[in-house]
Amino acid sequence: MKRMSTALAVAAVAATMLSGCGDSSGGATSAKASCTNEIVEADAPQVTVWAWYPAFEQVVDLYNETHSDVQVCWTNAGQGNDEYTKFSTAIEAGKGAPDVIMLESEVITSFAIREALVDLTEFGADEVEGDYTEGAWRDVSSGSAVYAIPVDGGPMGMLYRKDIFEKYDVAVPTTWAEFADAARQLKKAGFPGTIADFPTNGRAFVQALFAQKGASPYEYDLQTPQDVTIGLADDGSKEVLEYWDELAQEGVVATDEAFTPDYNTKLVDGTYAAYLAAAWGPGYLNGLSGADAKAEWRAAPLPQWDASDPVQVNWGGSAFAVTSQASDQELSAQVATEIFGTMDAWKIGIEEGALFPLWRPVLESDYYRDLEYPFFGGQKINADVFLDAAAGYEGFTFSPFQNFSYDKLTEQLTAVNQGETDPATALDDLQDQVVSYAQEQGFTVTEK
Amino acid sequence: MSSRTASPPSVAEAPGPSVLTRRRQRTGWLFIAPFALVFTTFLVVPLGYAFWLSLHTKSLAFGTRFSGLENYTKAFTDPAFLEGVRRVLAFALVMVPLQLGIALVVALVLDSLTTRLAAVSRLLVFVPYAVPAVIGAMMWGFLYSPDFGPFTQLSELLGLPAPDLLDHGSIFSSLVNIVTWQWVGYYMVIIYSALQGIDQEIYEAAQLDGANGLQTALRVKVPMIASTMVLITVFSLIGTLQFFNEPTILQAVAPGAITPDYTPNMYAYAQAFSYSAFNYASAISFSLGLVTFLGSYVFLFLTRKRNGLS
Repeated sequence: MKRMSTALAVAAVAATMLSGCGDSSGGATSAKASCTNEIVEADAPQVTVWAWYPAFEQVVDLYNETHSDVQVCWTNAGQGNDEYTKFSTAIEAGKGAPDVIMLESEVITSFAIREALVDLTEFGADEVEGDYTEGAWRDVSSGSAVYAIPVDGGPMGMLYRKDIFEKYDVAVPTTWAEFADAARQLKKAGFPGTIADFPTNGRAFVQALFAQKGASPYEYDLQTPQDVTIGLADDGSKEVLEYWDELAQEGVVATDEAFTPDYNTKLVDGTYAAYLAAAWGPGYLNGLSGADAKAEWRAAPLPQWDASDPVQVNWGGSAFAVTSQASDQELSAQVATEIFGTMDAWKIGIEEGALFPLWRPVLESDYYRDLEYPFFGGQKINADVFLDAAAGYEGFTFSPFQNFSYDKLTEQLTAVNQGETDPATALDDLQDQVVSYAQEQGFTVTEK
Repeated sequence: MSSRTASPPSVAEAPGPSVLTRRRQRTGWLFIAPFALVFTTFLVVPLGYAFWLSLHTKSLAFGTRFSGLENYTKAFTDPAFLEGVRRVLAFALVMVPLQLGIALVVALVLDSLTTRLAAVSRLLVFVPYAVPAVIGAMMWGFLYSPDFGPFTQLSELLGLPAPDLLDHGSIFSSLVNIVTWQWVGYYMVIIYSALQGIDQEIYEAAQLDGANGLQTALRVKVPMIASTMVLITVFSLIGTLQFFNEPTILQAVAPGAITPDYTPNMYAYAQAFSYSAFNYASAISFSLGLVTFLGSYVFLFLTRKRNGLS
């Protein structure tokens, strides 16, 4: 017994250390090994694709049926961060990445700086530039390089419950001043919920709201990868945060954390009267359970700070990039460009997946503009809201350490929420944290 | 070293080990081989690789360079890492005595029962350990939910304000509860089997001396299983310092209360996979290993009279 306990204790100590490196040893499996979809042309070369679009399987099938020279081998490697974790590991391992990968625009720079993505200009990406809006193209480019082909976008609007606003006799706001009034009126009229939620972990959502008031926190160009400009504590962001903090303190907006099961339920059960959303929001709502059967949803433009000078912002959206591990980069670039490059593919994406297309032939078509959405009582939400929002979007530059920056933003917003700090100090502290992180990573930082 | 006595005297003068000894050694290696292979592949090599990583630095803007112990200096001056260590030590201070205390009481009670109820209870106490940690944590995540959790409904029924078990103030105790629920059964079984190993004659002697049940439990049983208690305390301590699964799962439902640097292991994970700092993550892991090693060593040193290791 004596000896055994020694052995066990030693083994246990050793096990501690094992767990330390267990983290780095978990690897991605070979992407070539299996496809989720069926390959139609067995002899054609295959291009592996990671993506999590809803209804993507049908898009892949359509592509494979209409191409005899190349076949797509698709895997859903997880949504957002789950996929990025696998990709990140594959980059570090030097193998295991797919040929083509779906990335949200906010992480493109973070992967490009690790030399994980191929500059698509040498494969003719500039030839299709005209097929996309300027803002969308700027989101996937850095200087003259293009790191991905845009797929879907997230121009922002406000989805609201017509029935709730009518029941309490409150006008649907078009400016933020009206929004604050509406929030107070709803409470005063006895609405048990709140007008909307301002989540501490809103990340890209919060960033977009800051951007609407002029925040442009980063300047970065991969041609000069060591220089970065950081300005997270600008007056616009501070004003936006103060605005929301005041409403939260009054209790007329919620500060529930986003993307939890509780939050998802509240989105659709009538706890929030409005959902400040991106164009993919309706698809997200549709997939949630526990919905209020009497709900009457409508879409309106995102409230503005200055009604005479509207600013459009974007939340999310994604693109197809070609990884530097791709065995045939040219063929992969072709797949990345073509897969969502037909009207038929987009009909699936729009009608089954509720995606917002960035491909202009469909974006500017009558079909898309006049599409009626049963979820919104037949409202033509694209014509009413999202097409204008997308057209006005000018693009946004993300940092090459966006994940860190977002994590710190969440920490600061939580502290504001807890009353531990005030909005202005929180953003000043955020600026300091991100600047010192960037310097630690070897960047030459310019503060603005 | 039984091999020496086994060697026949006739070959004792021969230089080096005897044929028989050599053959025995070869057979021994053969038996060890499967384990040695797995041990080397999945422990020694990754450990070595991680250590090598920790001595280098690869920053986003520059390439990889040898940086010696720089990552370690950084870790031990990094407020996020130190705060994480402080937090897991606080967890250890609360969780270890709590788990072991409950496990000990349950084991002692079950040991003195001889009815069928004892066997059933033993199984029931053990069941949570059989639930995979991830599933257990997810289940608790739902139970804690401020909207559809039973605790909210219960307090509504009593007319009390609903507790938010996932906010800043209560996440610590919520996590303690999950881990305790999960591990008490496991420690109980270990203590119970140690109790079963005690010679019944000792109890008879105690009884003859006039000891009642409580006295037997506290003065006879507990001292006799002291080395087991020390062992599972070390297990529990190590497990707590490596805290990862439960807070990581709960992060999905409490992203504000549980930050990516909540525990050192989570911090290492975030550094590696969210911020692509694999080198620094390795250094954090080794630093945590060091803290754990020191913690376990100090504990074993302090209890050297009882642990049977000295």
